[in-house]
Amino acid sequence: MTIVNVLSVVCFIVFGPLIGGLLSGIDRKLSARMQGRIGPSVLQPFYDIKKLLNKQRIDIVDTSMSGLLLSYMILMIMSGAIFFSGSDILMSVFVLSTASTFLYFAAIVTSSPYNSIAASRELVQIMTYEPAVLLACVGFYLVTGTFNVGAISQTDSVLLWQLPGFFIAFVFILTIKMRKSPFDISGGHHAHQELVQGITTEMGARNLAIFHIAEWYENVFLLGFVALFALNKNLWSIPLAVVLVALVFFTEVLIDNVSARMKMKNMLRITWLVTLFAAGLNLLVLMLVH
Amino acid sequence: MPITVFLIVFPFLCAPFIYCIKEPKIRDHIMYAGVALIMAAVFLLAGQWLANGTKVMSYYPETDMIDHIILVVEIGLMCLITFLSFKYRKYWVSLLSIIPTLLIAWFELKGPEMETMNHIYVDHLSILMCLIIGFIGGLIIIYAVGYMYGYHNHHKEYADRRQYFFALLFIFIGAMFGFVLSSNLLWIDLFWEITSVCSFLLIGYTKTEEAVNNSFRALWMNLLGGTVLAFGIVYFGCSVGTVSIHDLVLFGNMQNAAAVIPIACIAFAALTKAAQMPFSTWLMGAMVAPTPSSALLHSATMVKAGIYILLRLAPAMRGTLTGNMVSFVGGFTFFVASILAISQNDGKRVLAFSTISNLGLMVACCGVGMPETIWAAVFLMMFHSISKSLLFQTVGAVENRIGSRDIENMHGLLYRLPSLATFMFIGIAGMFLAPFGMLISKWSALKAAVDDGNILLVLFIAFGSATTGLYWTKWMGKLISRSHRGSAKTDEITQKSQKLSLRVHAGMMIMLCVLLPIISQVFVDPLLIEMFGTYTDVLSLPILIIMVVIFLFIFMVPVVAFTYTRHQESSVKLSYMSGVNVGNNNQFVNSLGHNNKLWLSNLYFTDFIRPERTMKLSQLIASGWILILFCMILGGTIL
Amino acid sequence: MAKVKRSPWVLHYDGSSCNGCDIEVLACLTPVYDAERFGIINTGDPLQADIFLITGGINSQNQPVVKQLYEQMSNPKVVVAVGTCACTGGIFKECYNIKGGVDTTIPVDIYVPGCAARPQSIIDGLVQAINLFEKRCDDYAYQLNAEGQ
Repeated sequence: MTIVNVLSVVCFIVFGPLIGGLLSGIDRKLSARMQGRIGPSVLQPFYDIKKLLNKQRIDIVDTSMSGLLLSYMILMIMSGAIFFSGSDILMSVFVLSTASTFLYFAAIVTSSPYNSIAASRELVQIMTYEPAVLLACVGFYLVTGTFNVGAISQTDSVLLWQLPGFFIAFVFILTIKMRKSPFDISGGHHAHQELVQGITTEMGARNLAIFHIAEWYENVFLLGFVALFALNKNLWSIPLAVVLVALVFFTEVLIDNVSARMKMKNMLRITWLVTLFAAGLNLLVLMLVH
Repeated sequence: MPITVFLIVFPFLCAPFIYCIKEPKIRDHIMYAGVALIMAAVFLLAGQWLANGTKVMSYYPETDMIDHIILVVEIGLMCLITFLSFKYRKYWVSLLSIIPTLLIAWFELKGPEMETMNHIYVDHLSILMCLIIGFIGGLIIIYAVGYMYGYHNHHKEYADRRQYFFALLFIFIGAMFGFVLSSNLLWIDLFWEITSVCSFLLIGYTKTEEAVNNSFRALWMNLLGGTVLAFGIVYFGCSVGTVSIHDLVLFGNMQNAAAVIPIACIAFAALTKAAQMPFSTWLMGAMVAPTPSSALLHSATMVKAGIYILLRLAPAMRGTLTGNMVSFVGGFTFFVASILAISQNDGKRVLAFSTISNLGLMVACCGVGMPETIWAAVFLMMFHSISKSLLFQTVGAVENRIGSRDIENMHGLLYRLPSLATFMFIGIAGMFLAPFGMLISKWSALKAAVDDGNILLVLFIAFGSATTGLYWTKWMGKLISRSHRGSAKTDEITQKSQKLSLRVHAGMMIMLCVLLPIISQVFVDPLLIEMFGTYTDVLSLPILIIMVVIFLFIFMVPVVAFTYTRHQESSVKLSYMSGVNVGNNNQFVNSLGHNNKLWLSNLYFTDFIRPERTMKLSQLIASGWILILFCMILGGTIL
Repeated sequence: MAKVKRSPWVLHYDGSSCNGCDIEVLACLTPVYDAERFGIINTGDPLQADIFLITGGINSQNQPVVKQLYEQMSNPKVVVAVGTCACTGGIFKECYNIKGGVDTTIPVDIYVPGCAARPQSIIDGLVQAINLFEKRCDDYAYQLNAEGQ
């Protein structure tokens, strides 16, 4: 662990939610503009969190949901911290999936109908995106010979050129991870879903705030993952990575606004096909070359 | 008398003794004592082997007498199978026993003279297997004592043939010890047949029509494997003049043509034993038997015999067509079985599919045959043995208690049967969740598959681990959900012996996770050196230790989070049901104005997965692959 | 507590009405008027809502529902009755099944008259509700602090 690693972890923990919240605000502003509205201030998410934290705490049945949500957030921070500390990328992905499992537990523990249905859908979403994430890690490993994030970010070339298929698959599943239409089946950011508020239906006040903060951390982590496709040891790769991340983010918002929600099975089918063909073909080519 | 012989012979001697004692109290105590003796012997064997500097120990070069006894036993088994096949009118099954037995008999009596060799062989792998068989198997027997009381209370319709059941369990354990300790392929073949027949008898315990059919399915599939195994052994013996499995591996390593067909045959036999894809149905059928036998078949014995023999052959399979066949079938099974598990709501069937799926991963690792994959396979085997045994036992205990093993009926089990549900939770977590070691093995397997350039296996692991996560997580979710059918605690009828076994298992599970780096350094690495000669760390020690620390941290997070939130004040609300709950979270007013009870169910995707069709299709694919590669292997050697 | 004002989440419930007010309210909250620029979100979930906006009167069937939705909202919260029916029972008041206005069931803070209520008055009512919500948040925080000490 060098000082840089420690610093980046501290940065992630401190600035992660700030960046994540800001991104969420930008998302809302962008969406509003795309719909011909003025939209809220970019700081709106922070106002929301502040209000939620100041309200009376509520729980269903008992506090187990709070405990599980808190675990979800801590594990999410941990998986991001592992990533930004430059250590093993697979480890951070595994911790990420454990964190998602805790979100599922938090949603299902109350046995409330809307929440349980949304939780089942969340589980299917986890299953849908996991292969693409794992394969992206495999892609990094094939090109750089290591699973170490620090080493992956210090290569000579831009990895995107060698990993286009993995990149496509990853961006595709990012739509699921960021709860964007057409894949916001377990609950998205828009009002009036067929499942009320989806997976957050039973989360009010502080619980909802925890959920949102965890999500901000997650988004920062995932966009960091995207940046890894562009980062290398040259300094000019940093603006390139920023541009790439911005582009991906914009694309996600655009897709969110131009598409309607899809059925769960179609999501599974399409995503796996994309993963199989994009990432699989890329994998095949790389293995033949190496 | 060396301990190895005691381990093999003692359970066989125990069996008739237990069968004859009708008084339950005495029989129970004799069984406890027997298990204790077996465990002590395993301990002693491990100690002796450690004192010997963990070097390979081998005994018994001259065994003419025993060889003849073995032949007699083998012929006896043949007669038994033939008799039972005729009794139940499955005449053709007897052929699968008669042919190999006659072949072996001809080979021993009239075949070429064999080189002298040591018949008993103790190395790292055998020690590991002995520990698994002795401890997990032993604990399952202890559990079975308590379980059978509940079972026959719960199922009055079946004749109580308990002592017969217990006797079979002991024979099973003895045969497994024999299987992993012998190095003579002829002996291995005999013990192979004994385990096949034992599992057949255990599955048919209830004597219902379904049980009989399933037991015959298990029998013919295993006997088919046994037949191919016998052919492989005789072929090898005739062409080289030795029947030592270690020589076989040596020949295989030297790319000797004489070893190609025998290795392919043995690998095929191992696939049947490990319930890989075209042969998976026998393990599914085995679910009709009382739970301890399922636990025994799935965790410590039977299926692990297939893995054991593949681990032995692994170095010789590296980069060969056989290796290709095995790794494809394994990876394919891993993926397909995990998809099938999603569509099941019977707890035991989920466990069965997950066994098949996990064995698939181990088999695939063996097929690749690299040190990294063997490392992964060994750890997978350890974790799988413990958590699967734990899971089967809890499912059995829960079934005795709530009268069902449907996962839907386990809704809110944590609040109804807290201790059993906790054990179940630990067992499931051990199968896939991050604080437990199964994940580390998967990780290593993935890495090795990439290194090997085995693209199909990489895809199978990537997709398979996602599907594996789904069915386990939704089961865990059911356990912790607040019960919508009242959360009154039901009193436990779980026997003391059952609880003891469960506790030990859970303890072992957690110890194994914590001690993983040490076990890897002290035991698994030497095992790999013994197998491959050289070895570099799969995951270096510092990484392993960091991982354990992180995983412990993950373990602590929920504990801390719970204690933190428990004491916080919060206002308890009703759950949201559009405002029409009837005063609690269990009922709501429907559109007719009546009160409706809430019923929550998991997703099973049966219309999407279509289990039967998928099963048939994947059996077809796997058989096709095996057939093609077998033809290629045969063609390549003979032509 | 100034920022609390910027994030009022609304739960809208339509009781026994002719749907006129209902449509007016939705029109106010739809993207056309872009209520989101003030941070207003029309959430369907009482557990997340701050302002309970009711149109239509109370009848014996929806009385327990309104009561339950109100109870599920976390403190501090504000109730707005929109339209004459919600305020008093309106034209339906004498019907056999009508109990009257919303205040027969839960405490109402802001009354918005009109049949149907005009968008201007609905927005005016919401603005008052937001101010009241802010004040209650301050009180709630103060109370928590007092308890803490």
